[in-house]
Amino acid sequence: MYRESTIVNESASLPYNGGDEGDMIINVGPQHPSTHGVLHLIITLNGETVKKVDPNLGYIHRSMEKMCESLTYRQFIYVTSRMDYLSAHINNHCCALCVEKGLQLEVPPRAQVIRVLMDELTRLASHHLWWGAFAMDVGALTPFFLAFREREMINDIMEETCGTRLTMNYMVPGGVMADLHPDFQKRVHEFIAHFKKKIDEYDELITDNIIFQNRTKGIGYISKEDAIAFGMTGPSARGSGVQCDIRKLYPYEVYDKLQFDEIIETGGDCFARYMVRMKEMKQSISIIEQLIDNIPEGDFQAKTKAVLKLPKGEFYSRVETARGELGVYIISEGATTPYRIKFRSPGYCNLSALDHMAKGQKIGDLVAIMGALDLVIPDIDR
Amino acid sequence: MWSLQNITDNIHDWLYATFNPTVAMLIEYAIIGALAIGLFAMLGLVLIYMERKVSAWMQLRLGPNRVGPKGIFQTTADTLKLIVKEGMTPTGVDKLLFNLAPFIVMIVAMVVLAPLMFAKGFQIWDLNIGVFFITATSSLSVIGILMAGWASNNKYSLLGAMRSGAQIVSYELSAGLSVLAIIVLTGSLRLSDIINSQENGWWIFKGHIPVWIAFVIYIIAVTAETNRAPFDLAEAESELTAGFHTEYSGMKFALFFLAEYVNIFVVCALGATLFLGGWMPLHFGTNTRFNEVMDYIPSSVWFFGKTFFLIFVIMWFRWTFPRLRIDQLLNLEWKYLLPISMINLLLVTFIAIMNWHF
Repeated sequence: MYRESTIVNESASLPYNGGDEGDMIINVGPQHPSTHGVLHLIITLNGETVKKVDPNLGYIHRSMEKMCESLTYRQFIYVTSRMDYLSAHINNHCCALCVEKGLQLEVPPRAQVIRVLMDELTRLASHHLWWGAFAMDVGALTPFFLAFREREMINDIMEETCGTRLTMNYMVPGGVMADLHPDFQKRVHEFIAHFKKKIDEYDELITDNIIFQNRTKGIGYISKEDAIAFGMTGPSARGSGVQCDIRKLYPYEVYDKLQFDEIIETGGDCFARYMVRMKEMKQSISIIEQLIDNIPEGDFQAKTKAVLKLPKGEFYSRVETARGELGVYIISEGATTPYRIKFRSPGYCNLSALDHMAKGQKIGDLVAIMGALDLVIPDIDR
Repeated sequence: MWSLQNITDNIHDWLYATFNPTVAMLIEYAIIGALAIGLFAMLGLVLIYMERKVSAWMQLRLGPNRVGPKGIFQTTADTLKLIVKEGMTPTGVDKLLFNLAPFIVMIVAMVVLAPLMFAKGFQIWDLNIGVFFITATSSLSVIGILMAGWASNNKYSLLGAMRSGAQIVSYELSAGLSVLAIIVLTGSLRLSDIINSQENGWWIFKGHIPVWIAFVIYIIAVTAETNRAPFDLAEAESELTAGFHTEYSGMKFALFFLAEYVNIFVVCALGATLFLGGWMPLHFGTNTRFNEVMDYIPSSVWFFGKTFFLIFVIMWFRWTFPRLRIDQLLNLEWKYLLPISMINLLLVTFIAIMNWHF
């Protein structure tokens, strides 16, 4: 005799339970190996088939936007490293851009190049981790360790220049906090050489694997129109053919002077999203190669006042993080702290499409779809 | 040459000379039971250590290297830790079935060891239906797994058990058919006969391509049967946390874990016996010079060498491939492996009738 567990009653009391007779409601998370954080999904199953996915957020909500209202324009940038911790640099970058927009500050060319270099290195590190974690979601454990081998090199480069490995806090309004480490160029060259040798190994192990292709092709399909309707951005949307790379559409820093492609796949499934990220890694390497030997001399930081005050008004900046479009919206009353801050995070919108993608698929596919969306939970909850 | 047969024969003769036959038989049973349990425990320790070292080697890690030289006592320490852990029985479970399930899985894994021939003349029970006994008994472990999943009162466990049931029952078929290929060639279900029939060469060399196909299908099918990656759907940790043993902890969990490794050993030992000659050294026809040189290597080394090579292959699978989905898994079996092995069996039968094999 199979008795109803207490978990069923708990989720049945939640408002969004709409299961028929014979459906099974399972709580995936908040502690689950493949939610990569404290995401809680209430899924309705019919046998192995997913009928409904209800993401239940808030387990890691730190009221970051409210917190930023009591911090000065120099301080609040550091908090944003903890949002999407895998692209901490890019988050900081977006905030710095927004503050600079308010101050109408000109960033020295050297700082601009350093920022772009760091952004791309961060993107690479993030995509590496995603690659390992995605492969682990579909059941291959070894890629995780291979990805970390490359990611370690990037982390070491970050550590030398920024002092930390994960939450760098390297961007400040007007430039970057410190100049590059003397070994930076040498280390980056080493990394590029290493990466080019190892990227084929990734394809051999996972991309060309028939089991992997069966697990991802045609899974989690979302059309271009639906992707736009859900507000999806970043590689997840580009896998459905949406042109949404902020680096191309609204270039910031030196991106308009660089030669790189916006990767667009039209498959709309997990494999398309996978291929977008794999190709994006190569594009990031090409951007780094263009810049690494052409870092202009000069200041790494513009002269700013000790206390920053934004003029009264509203300011918005957007950048392309490893997960999609990050927007920072500041309302200033002319004080040293913002009146209101709003972050538009890519993960939240991408997660909203999960139910649409996973409907009718198997449980194993749900995990693959989540992996291909590249969710970072602190980015969703903030 | 260094045969274990002398030792076993001596013990047997001495026991029957010293005691009356009933007592001697009982003492023999006790010794065999102790040896089987000892082998079970040793296999668990060795295979888990091997798995960790193999995975570490493939994943750019060192693996266990702290407890004892090169970490060889790591699994002993882990087992001790599991023994002293509280044997939790969660509320709401079906207590009898929940506590019985790990023992059923373990007992099945141990019983299957009986007809295996570990070395020349070293066998617990030379059963005339040895191969049949192994395939029949090993399929019983699915009952333990279903029991565990059902009694746990956990949906992850239930899903894992359902998957496992569908998977093991399906893959038994093609594993059985590929075993039959060798039975057809030898004409005996007795393991010692099968090994003796490979005296002038292992079946994998003698049996042409159909035996190769049967061998490959056998390896794929037993990987699925033992719930190993890429067919580890019953415990797919990224989907079902731990599948059918989600609710188990302490020694009850360890029994599942050990049974998994002993099952791997059994299927690999059977594969080595059927296709690679068991304890039979590498012989080539009537090339007596070469055969004599090969005979100098003890038969137990041959047996365990082949078995551990196959175990290594199965471990290699696990650390390389992504996992299949449940419908793909069943498609693979029913649409591809089963038809292929049926046609293959016909081919082998034809070869056997025409006497085309070497």
